[in-house]
Amino acid sequence: MQGIPIQPEQASTIAQSVDHLYFFITAVTLFFSVLIFSTIFYFMIKYRRRSPDERPKAIEGSLPLEILWTAVPTLIVALFFVWGSTLYFQNSEAPPGAMEIFVTGKQWMWKVEHPEGQREINELHVPLGHPVKLTMTSEDVIHDFFVPAFRVKKDVLPGRYTTMWFEPTKLGTFHLFCAQYCGAFHAGMIGSVIVVEPDEYESWLQGGVQGETMEAAGARLFKENGCVTCHLADGSGPAPSLAGVYGNTVHLTNGQTVTADDAYIRESILSPAAKIVRGYQPVMPSFQGQLSEEQILDLVAYIRSIGLSQGNAKEKQQEEGKK
Amino acid sequence: MSTATLEPRVQSPRNYLNADYGWKSWLFTVDHKRIALLYMASITFFFVIGGFFAFLMRLHLIEPQGALVQPETYNKLFTLHGVIMIFFFLIPSIPAVLGNFLVPLMIGARDLAFPKLNLLSWYIYIVGGLFTLYSAIAGGVDTGWTFYTPYSSTYSNTQVTAVAVGVFITGFSSILTGLNFIVTIHKMRAPGLTWFRLPLFLWAIYATSIIMTLGTPVLAITIFLLALEHLFHVGIFSPQLGGDPLLFQHLFWFYSHPAVYIMILPAMGVVSEIIACFARKRIFGYKIVGFSSVAIAVLGFLVWGHHMFVTGQSVYAGLIFSFLSFLVAIPSAIKVFNWTSTLYKGSISYEAPMLYALGFIGLFTMGGLTGMFLASLATDVHLNGTYFIVAHFHYIMVGGAVMGYLGGLHFWWPKISGRKYPNGWAMLSAAIIFIGFNLTFFPQFILGYLGMPRRYAFYPAEFQVLNVMSSAGASILGIGYLIPLVYFIWSMRYGPVAEANPWGATGLEWQTPSPPPTENFAEIPVVTEEAYAYSAEEEASRA
Repeated sequence: MQGIPIQPEQASTIAQSVDHLYFFITAVTLFFSVLIFSTIFYFMIKYRRRSPDERPKAIEGSLPLEILWTAVPTLIVALFFVWGSTLYFQNSEAPPGAMEIFVTGKQWMWKVEHPEGQREINELHVPLGHPVKLTMTSEDVIHDFFVPAFRVKKDVLPGRYTTMWFEPTKLGTFHLFCAQYCGAFHAGMIGSVIVVEPDEYESWLQGGVQGETMEAAGARLFKENGCVTCHLADGSGPAPSLAGVYGNTVHLTNGQTVTADDAYIRESILSPAAKIVRGYQPVMPSFQGQLSEEQILDLVAYIRSIGLSQGNAKEKQQEEGKK
Repeated sequence: MSTATLEPRVQSPRNYLNADYGWKSWLFTVDHKRIALLYMASITFFFVIGGFFAFLMRLHLIEPQGALVQPETYNKLFTLHGVIMIFFFLIPSIPAVLGNFLVPLMIGARDLAFPKLNLLSWYIYIVGGLFTLYSAIAGGVDTGWTFYTPYSSTYSNTQVTAVAVGVFITGFSSILTGLNFIVTIHKMRAPGLTWFRLPLFLWAIYATSIIMTLGTPVLAITIFLLALEHLFHVGIFSPQLGGDPLLFQHLFWFYSHPAVYIMILPAMGVVSEIIACFARKRIFGYKIVGFSSVAIAVLGFLVWGHHMFVTGQSVYAGLIFSFLSFLVAIPSAIKVFNWTSTLYKGSISYEAPMLYALGFIGLFTMGGLTGMFLASLATDVHLNGTYFIVAHFHYIMVGGAVMGYLGGLHFWWPKISGRKYPNGWAMLSAAIIFIGFNLTFFPQFILGYLGMPRRYAFYPAEFQVLNVMSSAGASILGIGYLIPLVYFIWSMRYGPVAEANPWGATGLEWQTPSPPPTENFAEIPVVTEEAYAYSAEEEASRA
């Protein structure tokens, strides 16, 4: 058996706990398989037909036995359910203070953008021992961001953001796979997650940056696309000021409210008429097809930055503290 | 037709096979037994094609960079393998072949409730099949059998419409067959054949028919919407057109998860019949086994979201779907325990059908238990979309459903053909299939846990050893499937003539000659006892 791997590397904080559950289920199912198979083999030998005239007595069944073998599997699956769900639930939200990185999938590559402006393709550099939250979207079809060594996986969908997070615990290079079939070169939509020491990550971020930070790129796009002509900072324009909006509650003309998060801002750029802020007219044109997903992410980053710096940074911090 | 050719047959009594020989007597038949044989020939044809595609895929994956074809071709191979095996082989397999043949015989009726509708079902199936074959010849389709949007609806340039039409049409065959069985089982049971005297095969077929009639329309609508978006860019699933990319998955799995039970429930029914016969025992806990089929059919409609744990659906939806998925495991476990207990103090003989049935229990148990890893949220996140899934569903659908179908064919072949097949060869092929199957699919569990995604035309070199093992197993499995094909065909001409009840089984189908006359029974039987009256007293009361 030498040379056949049987376990993937454990390189994130959750890998070990997922493996514990995996091995627990393996042990329980193995136990029941052996129990069932050995009972069958025992009966097969003990009760083999010895003469063609044998006519065994009929047995109706047994209510106590039926109750027993309904109750035992029920208890066992209940345990699996509680364990699996707790683990999943605990890891469903990124811890506060996680660093954010943005991922765009397209046939057949992964494009990564760090807030500091560093970009990479089919590679993702992350620092050791720091939680990382990925915000992901797709330019075309459904992809799936899968890092086996981290035991994490999440679909990457066109038209919306999904998020996932992990905290690497091991230095090295790990497989990144697309795990949702996405067309001809699906198998080639693979890359590497490269875990480095935090200071090495810092110097990597600085090294060879030609571009601007995501916020700066967003601010530039905000001007270039004319957003700034209506969304005046003092709120006197035909569109609401975006300063301090991010993370806050927005009141809409239809009486509903919505929290201004990434998804809301993205929707407002692409389908402005979907949710109109109270007191304003639906005059904004759609930017569908005019901005790439990465440019939209830059704009979101910019709007987030003016949201946090001007006004509600305190509230935001309180909210995160609560979580 | 000259009288000379008829002469040697004059001795054998008239039956459904020698009633007429012309091609019209087959293509325009309304005899459920002949329609069963039409289905048998057609699904065997599709099985050979689908199996050939699987063989090419396994050959291709021997080398990490891919040994045989371009990635585009590989994608078409796994798509057509899935579409053909699921919609044109597995779903019709036991219901349309064994169900068609046996439902009237087992309930003591002369035919199904709607014989012409039954023939129509077969023609619909064939038309759907022709569309699918056309799509394969006209360039293939590369969406995967799951047709996920928006890839299938707006990005793929392959024959999506032709396959969609094929699957859409074939769905109606399934709906009509299910409807026919439900009405027949309700209205045409022989005098004295109460619900709790029905063979468990009929309970399973009944539960399956409910899924077919209630679930398939949803698939038909979904596939129709997909074709609509693909052809006319109506925005339903594609976000660029204002649609919702996940809506398709909800609708698709609402049918396609229950479809797994369309494939496995009838096999469970077959296994109940075989175990009872070869252990000469009534099925332990008959009613509970029967009701567990119904429970699986009902719960099966409520678990579709477990295919979508990593799509970003709400964590609360994930919790509920995980919980319900675990619940389905319980009736399945109950069945396995009851089959095992049926062997207790039985009189067990080992002939080919029994080997297939025991093989079913082994492989189905492993398939079912590996489902625990996928119903559990935290482990599913890692295993979803990998080879673990591929292995799991092949254990259920091939290890379970195909083993069950082959077991049923071996059990009822003397009844269907009036001939016996060579038992030694049949036992050998059962063993070869069992070994080949495990060698093919067990390594895939490990591959999946290691993280190898499914549907990869090439892969990192570290996965090669396990892939080569799997491919080696597939070639053994292929031989295991070819042997029965040869001896079944051989036996139709050269096999020893079978008596009416070669296995000493209970059940109305064994009380009429092999092969049965066109009208099934000279006189409609009256039933006075339960389904598995194998004990000495019951046998005495019959005589």
